[in-house]
Amino acid sequence: MRGRIAARVGLVLLVLFAAFPFYWAVVASFTPEATLFREPSLWPRELILDHYRALFTERDFWTPIKNSLIVALTTTVFCVTIGAFAAYALARIEFSGKRAVLAFILAVTMFPQISIVSPLYMLLRSLHLINTYPGLVLPYMTFAMPLAVWLLVGFFRQLPRDLEEAAMVDGASRWQSFVRVILPLTGPGLATTAILTFIYCWNEFLFALSFTLGPERYTVPVAIALFRGQYQVPWGQILAATVIATAPVAVVVLVFQRRIVQGLTAGAVKG
Amino acid sequence: MKNRASGVSRPASHAPRPDNSEARAGWLLTAPALATILFIALFPLGWTVWESLHEHDLRMPWLGRPFVGLGNYLTIMRDERFWQSLGHTALFSAISVAVELTLGLALALAMNRAFRGRGVVRAAVLVPWAIPTVVAALLWRFIFDSQAGIANVVLSNLGLLHQPLVWFVRASTAWIPVILADVWKTTPFVALLLLAGLQSIDQELYEAASTDGASAWWQLTRITIPLLKPAILVALIFRTLDAFRVFDLIYVMTGGGPGTSTEPVALYTFNALLQNLEFGYGAALSVIIFIVTFGLAMLYMRGLGVDLGDSRAGKGR
Amino acid sequence: MASITLSHIDKQYPNGYVASRDLSLEIADGELLVLVGPSGSGKSTVLRMIAGLEKPTGGTITIGERDVTRLPPQDRDIAMVFQSYALYPHMTVRENMAFGLRLRKQPADLVARRVTEVADALGLAPMLDRKPSQLSGGQRQRVALGRAIVREPKAFLFDEPLSNLDAQLRVETRAELARLHRRLGATMVYVTHDQVEAMTLGTRVAVLRDGVLQQVAPPMELYRRPSNQFVASFIGSPSMNFVRGAISRDGGRPRFTAPGGLSFAITADLPATDGPVILGVRPHDIGLGPADNGGPRGVVSLVEPLGSEQIVYVTVPGGADFVAAVGAEATPRVDDPVSLTIPGPAIHLFEAESGRRIGA
Repeated sequence: MRGRIAARVGLVLLVLFAAFPFYWAVVASFTPEATLFREPSLWPRELILDHYRALFTERDFWTPIKNSLIVALTTTVFCVTIGAFAAYALARIEFSGKRAVLAFILAVTMFPQISIVSPLYMLLRSLHLINTYPGLVLPYMTFAMPLAVWLLVGFFRQLPRDLEEAAMVDGASRWQSFVRVILPLTGPGLATTAILTFIYCWNEFLFALSFTLGPERYTVPVAIALFRGQYQVPWGQILAATVIATAPVAVVVLVFQRRIVQGLTAGAVKG
Repeated sequence: MKNRASGVSRPASHAPRPDNSEARAGWLLTAPALATILFIALFPLGWTVWESLHEHDLRMPWLGRPFVGLGNYLTIMRDERFWQSLGHTALFSAISVAVELTLGLALALAMNRAFRGRGVVRAAVLVPWAIPTVVAALLWRFIFDSQAGIANVVLSNLGLLHQPLVWFVRASTAWIPVILADVWKTTPFVALLLLAGLQSIDQELYEAASTDGASAWWQLTRITIPLLKPAILVALIFRTLDAFRVFDLIYVMTGGGPGTSTEPVALYTFNALLQNLEFGYGAALSVIIFIVTFGLAMLYMRGLGVDLGDSRAGKGR
Repeated sequence: MASITLSHIDKQYPNGYVASRDLSLEIADGELLVLVGPSGSGKSTVLRMIAGLEKPTGGTITIGERDVTRLPPQDRDIAMVFQSYALYPHMTVRENMAFGLRLRKQPADLVARRVTEVADALGLAPMLDRKPSQLSGGQRQRVALGRAIVREPKAFLFDEPLSNLDAQLRVETRAELARLHRRLGATMVYVTHDQVEAMTLGTRVAVLRDGVLQQVAPPMELYRRPSNQFVASFIGSPSMNFVRGAISRDGGRPRFTAPGGLSFAITADLPATDGPVILGVRPHDIGLGPADNGGPRGVVSLVEPLGSEQIVYVTVPGGADFVAAVGAEATPRVDDPVSLTIPGPAIHLFEAESGRRIGA
C-alpha cells in the first residue's frame, strides 16, 4: 500500500517535471519582454500577443514552418513507400543475403550523422543542391530510410503468414496479395511508421544547419536556434516559436500515443 | 545448364534451385531502399575515410589535397582540444545515462501498476521525447538563463542558493542545465522501453513468488531486474550511442562554451568541418566518432543476439 | 475435380531438415485422403507442397493431367482450409467468400449467387455482413470452409482444420465434413495428427513418419493389418502392446518366449525360421481371466474406468505392462492376479530389426 502511494506521488512529481518547462514557456511567451526577467512569477500577470505577432510579421516564421513541413513530409512519403517494399521482402521473402541486408540497415540506424556531414556537403554541392529542399530530403533519408524499413519489417512480421498463403491459394499473385491483403492490414503499422519518421525529420538539426545557407531555407529548429536580437536574446519570440513548434508534435503525440509507444518499443525490445 | 542434343534431357524439376524467382523478387523489392542507403550513407562514409587520409583545408584551396596517410590521426592524438572534448562527451554520457536509466526504471515500475490516468502520464512523458532537441534546449536555457531566471528565483526562495548563479559562465555549473535538459528529454524513452519489457514478464511469476513468500524487494531484484536485463541493455546502449553523438543540445545551450569547456567531440568535429573548413582533419575526427559508435553498436547486436531471421524461416513444419 | 499424384517427392530445407523423402502417393478423383502422423512427420509440408506454398527439392506433383510442380499456388486451382482459418480480418464474411472468384474476374452476379448458395448450405446466411472478429470459433471454421467451397476448386486441402475447436464441436464438424465430402464428391487431402479423425474421415489414410510414407490403406485395413510396428502403434487407442521375444519350435508346437519368463504357445502367421521377433496385440483383443486359466499370468497394476469400457494395466513377469481394454461389466481390482487370454488370430508379429510386419 505504501509502495502504491509512493509510486503515485512520484508519478505526479514526474508529470510536473515533464510539463513545467512547457507551462513556463507558454506563460513567458505571453509576457512582455520587459517583465520577463524583472520579477519572474509562476503565474501570468499580464498577457500580450506581441511576441506571436512579431514572430510572423518581423521574422516571417511561416517560412521555416513551410520548409520543415515540405522537407519532413516529402522524406516521410519517400521512405515509407520505398521502405514498405523493402520491408515486405525482408520480412516475408526468403533470399540469400537477407540477413546481411537487415544487419546493414540496423547498423545504419546507429550511424553518427556527424560522420557523413562533410562528404554529404561535398556531394550536395557538386549536385548544386545546397540550400534546396532536395538537398535536405536526400540527407534526411540517411536516418529516415533505415528507421522506416526497420519499423516496417517488425509490423510485417506480426501479420500471420497464413493470410498471405490463403490469398495465394485463393488465386492472388504476390502483388495482389500484397495490395489487397497485406497493405490494408498493415495500415496502422504504416501510419505509426509515418508518424515516427515525420517526428524524426521535423526535429532534425545538424543536417539542416549544415546544408542551408539562409533564412529562406531554414527549418524550424534551425530558425529557432539562430534567432538573434539586436541587443539581447529575444526570449519572448523564441518562446513563442518553441510553443508553435511544439504544439503540432504534442497534438500528434497525444492522439497517437499508443501507436507511437508500440512503434518505439517493438523493434527494440524483441530485438 | 544446357541439355546436350544426344543426352537424356533431365526434367528441370528434379533439381530446382531454392526459389530463384523468390530471390529475384526479394532483391528487386529491397533494391530501391538499399540503393538509397548505399548512395547517401555508405558512400559518403567511404568518402569520409578517404578524405581523412588527406590534408584538405577549404580555406586554402591553393594547397590542393595532398595525401598525408595517417597524419591527421597522429595530429589528433596530440590535439589537446580533442582529448578534452572526448572527456566532456564521456562525462556527459556517463552522468546523463546513469540518471536516465535509474529514473527511467523507477518511472517504468510506477507506470506498470495499473491505475487511472495512465494515459495522461504516458502522454505527459512522451511529449518531451517528441519535440525537437533544439526546443528542449531552449526551454531549459530559458529556465536557467540570466540571474533573474526562474531557476535562480525558485532555488533562492527554497534557500538552496544564497545568491543567484550565472549558470552558463562556468563549465562546472553549465553542465547542470545541460544534463537536466537531456534527462528531461530522454528519460521517457528509457521508461517506455523498460515498461514494454516489464509488460512482457509473465504475471504468474509474481503470483508464484508471492505464494512462495517472496517480499517485494526480493521480487524486484530476483525476478524483475534479471528478466528485464535485455530491455535495460537495449536502453543503455541506445542512450549511450545517442549521448556520445550529442550535438544539438550543447550547440544551443552553451555553444560548447564558455570557451571550449563544454564542447563534445561531435561539436568539435562540426566546428573543424564547417567553421574552420578543415575537411581532412574534420573527416579524421568523424571517422573516430564513427568507429566508437560502431563498436558500441556491434556490442549491442552481439550482446543481445538480435534475431535477424524470422522465427519460421527454414524451421519446416 | 481431379486426381493428385505425387511421385518421388523430396523436400529438404536449407538447414538440412528433411520433411519428405521419396514420397509417392496417388489421390484418386473424389477421394478423401488423410495424411496422418506425429508432429514433425512432414504431413503439413506435403500438403503445402500440393498447394504450392513450398517447393519440393525433387520429384513431381500433378493435379489432373497437369504437372504443377513449378506452378505458384494461384495457378493450381486448389482451395485450402488453414488451421488458423486465415480469414481476412478486414473483409466481411461475404467478401472473404467472394475473394477467390473476384480474383478470377468472375461476373458479379455469378459471384453473388455462388456465395449465397454456399452460405445457405452452411448456415452462414445471417452473418454474411459481419467481420471475422465478430464470429465464434465454430462460425469462423465454417466461413473458412465456405470460402473454399465457393471456389469449386480441383481439390480441397485441409490443414488440421478442427484442432482449434472444442471437443464437442470437433466431433460434430467431423461428421459434417464427412457428409460434405460425400455430397460434393470432391478430391480432398486432409492433414491431422489425430488418428481418430484420420480413421473416421479417410477414404484412405496415409501414415507418415519422419518424412517417409509408412502405409496407405483404407482405415480398417490399417487397423487390421498395419504394415509395420510404427503404424501398429500409431493407429488404435489405446496403443497396441508390444513385447520383444523369440519364436521357438521345439517339437512342432511354436512358442513365443520373452525375457523374464513370459511364454505362451501361438498360432499366428509365423516367420520361416526361429529367432527374435516383436509380438503385438491390441488391448481390445486381450481377455482377462482368473489367474488359473492357463494363459500368461500377471497382476493388475492400474484400472482406468472410461464408462463404456475399462483400461486395465497388467504387469507380467519381467516387469512389462500389458494394456487390456475390457467391458464395463468386468470388475478388475488393483493387485488382483489375472491371466491373459490372447487369441491366435489377434497376434501381430513384426521383424525384430526393421519392425516390418511378418506374414500377410
